[in-house]
Amino acid sequence: MSFNMFVQHLFNAITLGSLYGLVAIGYTMVYGILRLINFAHGDIFMLGAYFMFFGTVTFNLPWGIAAVIAVAASSVCGVFVDRIAFRPLRDAPRISALISAIGVSFLIENLSLVLFTGLPRQVIQPEWMVKIITIGEIRILPLAIVVPVIAFTLVLGLLWIVYRTKPGLAMRAISKDIETTRLMGVSVDKIIALAFGLGSALAAASGIMWALRYPQIHPFMGVFPGFKAFIAAVFGGIGSIQGAMIGGMLLGLIEIMIIAFFPSLSGYRDAFAFILLIVILLMKPTGLMGEKLEDKI
Amino acid sequence: MNPKIRNSILNILLVALLGGFLWWGERNLDGYQIQVLNLIAVNAILALSLNLIYGFTGMFSLGHAGFMAIGAYVSALLILSPAQKEMMWILEPVIWPFSVMQAPFLVSVIAGGLVAALIGLLIALPVLRLGGDYLGIATMGFAEIIRVVITNITPITNGSLGLKGIPDYAGLWWNYGWFLFTLYFIVRIVNSNFGNVFKAIRDDEIAAKNMGINTFRYRVISFSIGAFFAGVGGALMGSLITTIDPKMFSFLLTYNVLMIVVTGGLGSLTGSILGSVVITILLEWLRFVENPLTIGSFEIPGIPGMRMVVFSLLLIFIILFRREGIMGMKEWTWDGLFARFGKGGKTE
Repeated sequence: MSFNMFVQHLFNAITLGSLYGLVAIGYTMVYGILRLINFAHGDIFMLGAYFMFFGTVTFNLPWGIAAVIAVAASSVCGVFVDRIAFRPLRDAPRISALISAIGVSFLIENLSLVLFTGLPRQVIQPEWMVKIITIGEIRILPLAIVVPVIAFTLVLGLLWIVYRTKPGLAMRAISKDIETTRLMGVSVDKIIALAFGLGSALAAASGIMWALRYPQIHPFMGVFPGFKAFIAAVFGGIGSIQGAMIGGMLLGLIEIMIIAFFPSLSGYRDAFAFILLIVILLMKPTGLMGEKLEDKI
Repeated sequence: MNPKIRNSILNILLVALLGGFLWWGERNLDGYQIQVLNLIAVNAILALSLNLIYGFTGMFSLGHAGFMAIGAYVSALLILSPAQKEMMWILEPVIWPFSVMQAPFLVSVIAGGLVAALIGLLIALPVLRLGGDYLGIATMGFAEIIRVVITNITPITNGSLGLKGIPDYAGLWWNYGWFLFTLYFIVRIVNSNFGNVFKAIRDDEIAAKNMGINTFRYRVISFSIGAFFAGVGGALMGSLITTIDPKMFSFLLTYNVLMIVVTGGLGSLTGSILGSVVITILLEWLRFVENPLTIGSFEIPGIPGMRMVVFSLLLIFIILFRREGIMGMKEWTWDGLFARFGKGGKTE
């Protein structure tokens, strides 16, 4: 493979990786706090893309405004999901919440199928984002630069919230010990709702950029990115925001590079992530950056 | 009368009653109703096997669809005739041992179950070291890998085109026969010392370990038995609907089985049977919301996807308001019935 090709693949990998990373953060935050795999998270990603589509195509909004509205709307959906499906199950066995999460995921997918129909929709890509630019011999889409930049800005913003503000402090406290935090006077439910809101906003942002990069959207588009982002979160160490981003990046890199170097394996593309997951779970279940979770006896 | 003998007699009577019903149904019900009856039996087999893994041994497994796929493909490859196989593989011809293999239906179903159990064993050895949610995700990952592999090994599985025209041997008698065998086998296991160990692991694995139980070994055994019956269920389902393709064995299928188990009650075998009756009929009945409806001169067009919307809403309601399912962990037994109604329970 030539150097130029390699650089192009690298850009693709970084784009894909930062999209996985953004979704993975939502998984990692919710898992860190509630020990719950929020299966509905991939569907929030899909909703983000659809809201964007309706904003730009149906209401003719400018691209930027539509994106902001779509992120806000998806974030509200995420909080709503927590309120309806997870909050009543806080004291239930964790498995009940997990089943509820799977149920909500199917509900959102099929409700979208009913409301938006199953026809794949075409998202409008802003002209300047898809006009190929050439640097020397290397041809890349501006999108491949814009997406990682936005993604990293969002992550920095999130890290600021989590590590520099009071609600962020409360969030970290809840993930250590939910009962004690409640006794300290923190309104736990509000903070958990905030975590869902932030996670969903990032997932929606990822969904929007995904739709710009791969402009066909359909109600089940969130399923596989969702699974893979969860794997990225486990890879990076569940509970760690930086870990989720690193995990996402590495997963993107692995997926793109294996196909680039061994094109004959492209049929197995969707299996890589799952194989990676099983390898990690067996070698180092706490992931790259995760803290060791001790089982209390 | 000795309650043990009494219960055996009642069980035989119940099986005879079921036989009589099937005999009557075969003659008097239409094709669709018979299909629903068949689906109930297959779903019950799947639910019982998942209940053994999850409800009785406490291993959260989301890999059922993968084992079903293996069972369905192995069995279909064995019952398709060589001539059919030559016609069907259009992308790449089917490779040697598979092109000429053929076996009776019973053998093919057992083979499907055994291969699923073998793969289950291979998966269990590394994965069952994990617990809780991680086990669920890892088994789901394996199911997904199985599906991707099936899609890609075209010379054996015909790839994404799937297999069509599988002989429809799986009638009422086969399905209910396998159902009764599954039920008998799993009831015997659950009530044996093996079953006690499984339940001990489910209730507290660390305590079980401290009692000197090799919990890993028992978990592997439970998982493999579950995989065997999942394979059997998949094999029967393949022959029942006569077409299989890799897309069919997605996570949704696992979810359906999980829902049956949860609706019936985790750790209740009679609950699983009840759950499969209720959910199967409900899922079929809900098809009406997707069909066009005519009221007077109004025509409401069918809405694709509506059925799953209603279904997932119902399931969320079950989880939110009746978490333990229909039966909880209770069983419906003759002794219980006699204790409740009349003097029969006090005969000993």
